[in-house]
Amino acid sequence: METIWFLLWGLLWAIYFVLDGFDLGLGTISPFVTKSEEDKKVVYQAMGPFWDGNEVWLITAGGVTFAAFPKAYAVLFSALYSPLMFILFALIIRGVALEYRGKMEGRGWREAWDLCLFLGSLVPALLFGVAFANIFRGIPIDAEGVYRGTLFTLLNPYGLLGGLLFLCLFCYHGALWLGIKAGGELRSRAQKYARALWPPLLVLAVLFLVATWFSTNLYANYLENPALFIIPLLAVLGLLATRWFLQAGAMWKAWACNAVVVAGATLFGVVGLYPNLLPSSLSPAASLTVTNAASSPLTLKIMLGVALVMVPIVLAYQVWVYYYFRHQVKPEDLAYDEGY
Amino acid sequence: MLSRLQFAAATFFHFLFVPLTLGLSILLAIMETRWAVSGNQEFKRMARFWGKIFVINFALGVVTGITLEFQFGTNWARYSAYVGDIFGSLLAIEATIAFFLESTFIGVWIFTWNRLSPRAHAFVMWLIAAATNISAYWILSANAWMQHPVGYVLRNGRAELDDFLAIITQRFAVVEFMHTVSGAYIVAGFVVMGVSAYHLLKKREVEFFTRSFRMALIFALIFSLFEVVQGHLNGGEVAKAQPSKLAAMESHWKTQKRAPIYLFAMPRPDGGGNLIEILPIPGALSLLAFHDPNAEVKGLNDFKPEDRPPVLLTFGAFKIMVGLGFLFVLLTVWGLFVRNRLTDNPRYLRFMLLAIPLPYIAIEAGWMVAEVGRQPWLVWGLMRTAQGVSPVDAHQVAVSFIAFIVFYGLLGITAFWLMARYAKRGPEPLAAA
Repeated sequence: METIWFLLWGLLWAIYFVLDGFDLGLGTISPFVTKSEEDKKVVYQAMGPFWDGNEVWLITAGGVTFAAFPKAYAVLFSALYSPLMFILFALIIRGVALEYRGKMEGRGWREAWDLCLFLGSLVPALLFGVAFANIFRGIPIDAEGVYRGTLFTLLNPYGLLGGLLFLCLFCYHGALWLGIKAGGELRSRAQKYARALWPPLLVLAVLFLVATWFSTNLYANYLENPALFIIPLLAVLGLLATRWFLQAGAMWKAWACNAVVVAGATLFGVVGLYPNLLPSSLSPAASLTVTNAASSPLTLKIMLGVALVMVPIVLAYQVWVYYYFRHQVKPEDLAYDEGY
Repeated sequence: MLSRLQFAAATFFHFLFVPLTLGLSILLAIMETRWAVSGNQEFKRMARFWGKIFVINFALGVVTGITLEFQFGTNWARYSAYVGDIFGSLLAIEATIAFFLESTFIGVWIFTWNRLSPRAHAFVMWLIAAATNISAYWILSANAWMQHPVGYVLRNGRAELDDFLAIITQRFAVVEFMHTVSGAYIVAGFVVMGVSAYHLLKKREVEFFTRSFRMALIFALIFSLFEVVQGHLNGGEVAKAQPSKLAAMESHWKTQKRAPIYLFAMPRPDGGGNLIEILPIPGALSLLAFHDPNAEVKGLNDFKPEDRPPVLLTFGAFKIMVGLGFLFVLLTVWGLFVRNRLTDNPRYLRFMLLAIPLPYIAIEAGWMVAEVGRQPWLVWGLMRTAQGVSPVDAHQVAVSFIAFIVFYGLLGITAFWLMARYAKRGPEPLAAA
């Protein structure tokens, strides 16, 4: 039961990163890829109908951590207090920017909201990477679950590498999404950005896989059970395939392959962690595992029932929303005040 | 202490936006249904105008809600580890059942005014309205569990789930939910009435705003009346489950039968009795709390000082809430009499314009009664607030607290300024809608 929840937990984070990853990435590259007010409106409309629903996957991932592994939720979130506060503030200004920009005419206001969108996207993309890399690596928590490090403990080379990888991955993901949603010149510019982002992404991915060998214990599970290597392998294949489709101009396929990369990267780490949720770098005995951090069997059972019914329903209506808004954002959409 | 203040600030702020969402979503759904059924474009204009204010408000409700969900872990780690088995699962279920629904479909709603049929567009708003209200139920049942824990066993050094149904169907939760959402509907009704009054005073779009006003009036009237009856039920639950809170709400010190309510009372700021108490109504407190004028009501003197909530705050907030509650009944009943000639009653309209902040004050005061009155307990009888905080460096909390205040202050000003601007501008002409 705990193992099922552990996998579900990993899956929720993976879905969150796949979906909100493109929002965060697109927000980050938007000041560079847009040349005119018209372009900016397309970028905002490309995220408009989706970002809110995407963000709820984060809430759910957080909520499930709380419900299924309360102790891990408590220790993890208080240990990562400062980075989490930065992420929260950033997500707030991003959400507000997305909703308010179109409602204010002044140029100064619009520029301010554009800056909010940029920072509100860049900071979470980077910090989620730093946070997850640190989880993979283990953080200094003692047997009482008290964090014995500082903010700078988290900014170690491996953590920073993780942050850069996430940032680059999401920017690439966002550029592909813009390639789907935009038309004309903006579309070709988005594709140009995607092509430019791919080589550094490949380098970072390889570096990260190598550094993981030296900095973490993630590979232990894989060596013990080589069949699991399918997960990183799929991610790597996805990374190669996405470049192929990008060249061919098949943007949906390129995006889907990169979604496999994002999900594969997340699950690669999560599966490697098992049975730990939060390894302690001080002593293995202080690590939080799926057994010592889990909720009672009854709670896990009820939650599983809810999840098995609700998650497919949520996925179904979200797929409908993506299908419904699959079209390119046309100039006439912008002229007409459809999205208020 | 800082964690407490920070959490209070974050909740206070979240709760500035949520009530309007709860109520206005229903009003919007009704407007859209009338548009879909009658085909009258005037209702579409109405939904679009009030919808704009709704969206501005909704955005802040969502983003501040995320903060709260994470603050349990960042600031209340010990609490989270202790109650996560129960409390965490309620929050997680809320996210999967309700939060997804509202957040996904608000995006659809905003972008499909012309793409979906009026019927489908109205249906989307009903989905959002249902989801926000279902969401409120889960959140409030989690809060009710902190006020009156049931369905748990103490095992492995924490509270573990024992009876799920008992938790989500307990009377305390149902009553608390009804009380809170009715308050929220009153907020929405008064906002719509107040903004309409502003335009009616200027004789602009008279038909449009008379229609809006009357719709909101009926809504607010029903729930103001209901709230009085229901508030009484709520008080009964508190009397049974949380006697020290009840005593603090009335600043009632001496345990006695035929306990009175004083028309004027003022607790001493340092505790330990009342500064003023005049004009007693004998037996009123006993009657209201236990439906028996001779019932014994336990006074604060019989609780150890460390087990008493802050009396002045609880008492003051309670009196403000109750006073305003009766004022809302008065204002809406008055409205009933002048509803057909609103523009001839500028005095009433001015009152209603000025009344916009009042239900906000009432609902925040009610929240203070519930949460401050729960002190010193975090989970009633199980965990004290001081035991629940995170082992986090105080400087970090201080910095984030200041950041919260500044940041939320700016956001709040922007949001209310923007809502006011759109409210003042009035509806779009028909051609654009």
